[in-house]
Amino acid sequence: MTPKATILTSDEVRRALTRIAHEIIERNKGAEKLALIGVHTRGIPLARRLAEKLSSLEGVEVPTGMLDITLYRDDLSEVAQQPIIRETQVPFDLRDRRVILVDDVLYTGRTVRAALDALIDLGRPAGIQLAVLVDRGHRELPIRADYVGKNLPTAASEVVKVKLHETDGVDSVELWDVEALR
Amino acid sequence: MNAPVSMGPRPRHLLDFQDWTPERLKAILDNADTMLQVLDRPVKKVPALQGLTVCNAFFENSTRTRTSFELAARRMSADVLTFAAGSSSVSKGESLRDTMEVVTSYKVDAYIVRHHASGAAHLVARYSGKPVINAGDGRRAHPTQALLDAYTIRQEYGSLEGKKVAIIGDVRHSRVARSNAELLPKLGAQVVLCGPATLLPADLAGLNGVTLTTDPREAVRGAHAVMALRLQRERMQGGFLGSLQEYAHTYQVNEALMQHAESGAIVLHPGPMNRDLEISTDAADGPRSRILKQVENGQAIRMSVLYHLLVGRE
Repeated sequence: MTPKATILTSDEVRRALTRIAHEIIERNKGAEKLALIGVHTRGIPLARRLAEKLSSLEGVEVPTGMLDITLYRDDLSEVAQQPIIRETQVPFDLRDRRVILVDDVLYTGRTVRAALDALIDLGRPAGIQLAVLVDRGHRELPIRADYVGKNLPTAASEVVKVKLHETDGVDSVELWDVEALR
Repeated sequence: MNAPVSMGPRPRHLLDFQDWTPERLKAILDNADTMLQVLDRPVKKVPALQGLTVCNAFFENSTRTRTSFELAARRMSADVLTFAAGSSSVSKGESLRDTMEVVTSYKVDAYIVRHHASGAAHLVARYSGKPVINAGDGRRAHPTQALLDAYTIRQEYGSLEGKKVAIIGDVRHSRVARSNAELLPKLGAQVVLCGPATLLPADLAGLNGVTLTTDPREAVRGAHAVMALRLQRERMQGGFLGSLQEYAHTYQVNEALMQHAESGAIVLHPGPMNRDLEISTDAADGPRSRILKQVENGQAIRMSVLYHLLVGRE
């Protein structure tokens, strides 16, 4: 089984994250009072990497957290199998902070909608922005990302696979046919 | 999106632990950690069960279990219909069937049942067609209490594996003791049931990982947790005890008895307590006591149980 295409190589993932880090600094006029919260699973290492980049660029420690959106999904009454609940950890006060929500792929927007609800239940941040490594389109809700590593037009029959060193041992973004994965 | 849980077929009900694998039981405890976090937030609510209606059908008096279940369901955003019938002299089949037929017409998605008759929750499960959680049926079972007990012990020690739990008192009339004797060994713990011979049913000795003794010192020796059971005078028709003083003298869980347990052993009680009868005030309120922790954990465990039974159509 091979992917249809490799969308981002390891170097390209690194460069995309570096660019996003610069855009975050530019938009927020620095990295003070920012926080990065990654959405399970791959949003978490992406958030940590962005925090490291912000820290090295601006000399500021940017706190990171992790968010599980399972209990906020809008399809829990329909899912065939029970989703695993994972850890939410936001060990800092959200008040007065601008939170950058980080995920690997932006697709229908339903995960982000759930993440926004989950985040707002944890506190009242000064603002929330969204950073994603890949935006593959097909939105079902009026949600857009503020920072995008790669805009990738896709067909509904395709799957975007993000692999990260922390979770998969390698950095890459691949495009697959859903049939090839069955 | 999250990968699905793969722990074998999911039981439809929680009536006892017969059909529940250790993996699923551990998952309930694991998810209670998350639920406890939810209860510690400014907004103590998640939308997981939005749109569902849970019926709290209590045919027997209860304060903490009923309110705990009600709050747990509300914290998960379910609508709650509470039916508190109190004690009923109507025969089990009639009162249950009549009531449940009425409630069913309200399009209820799950039932939480407490009844003075053993097996009542099974009966509701058989004809309601919906998931049923047993909130205590007669002397038979009280699974969510056992789960919260297990969770409280695990919170203390990180695991139940290899832990010794002594359960002391009126074992005969205690559904809590039976459920714990069924659950704790599944999670790797060893259970010692202890009480006067008249209150210690021999059939429980046949359970895996469970031993019986009439000697409280022997029971608590090396125990990591000691649970005092309420002396259920309302279920006793005389002849079980010489006197309450004699009972308290021998079987009361107090600091003197706890000296025979592990040094950091904790004290549990399912409540409500008869202070200075089955448990001394110093043990109930002292540094070893986790009794209030049990109440707090009860809500998180029940949220987790509701999630496990009502989410997913496996």
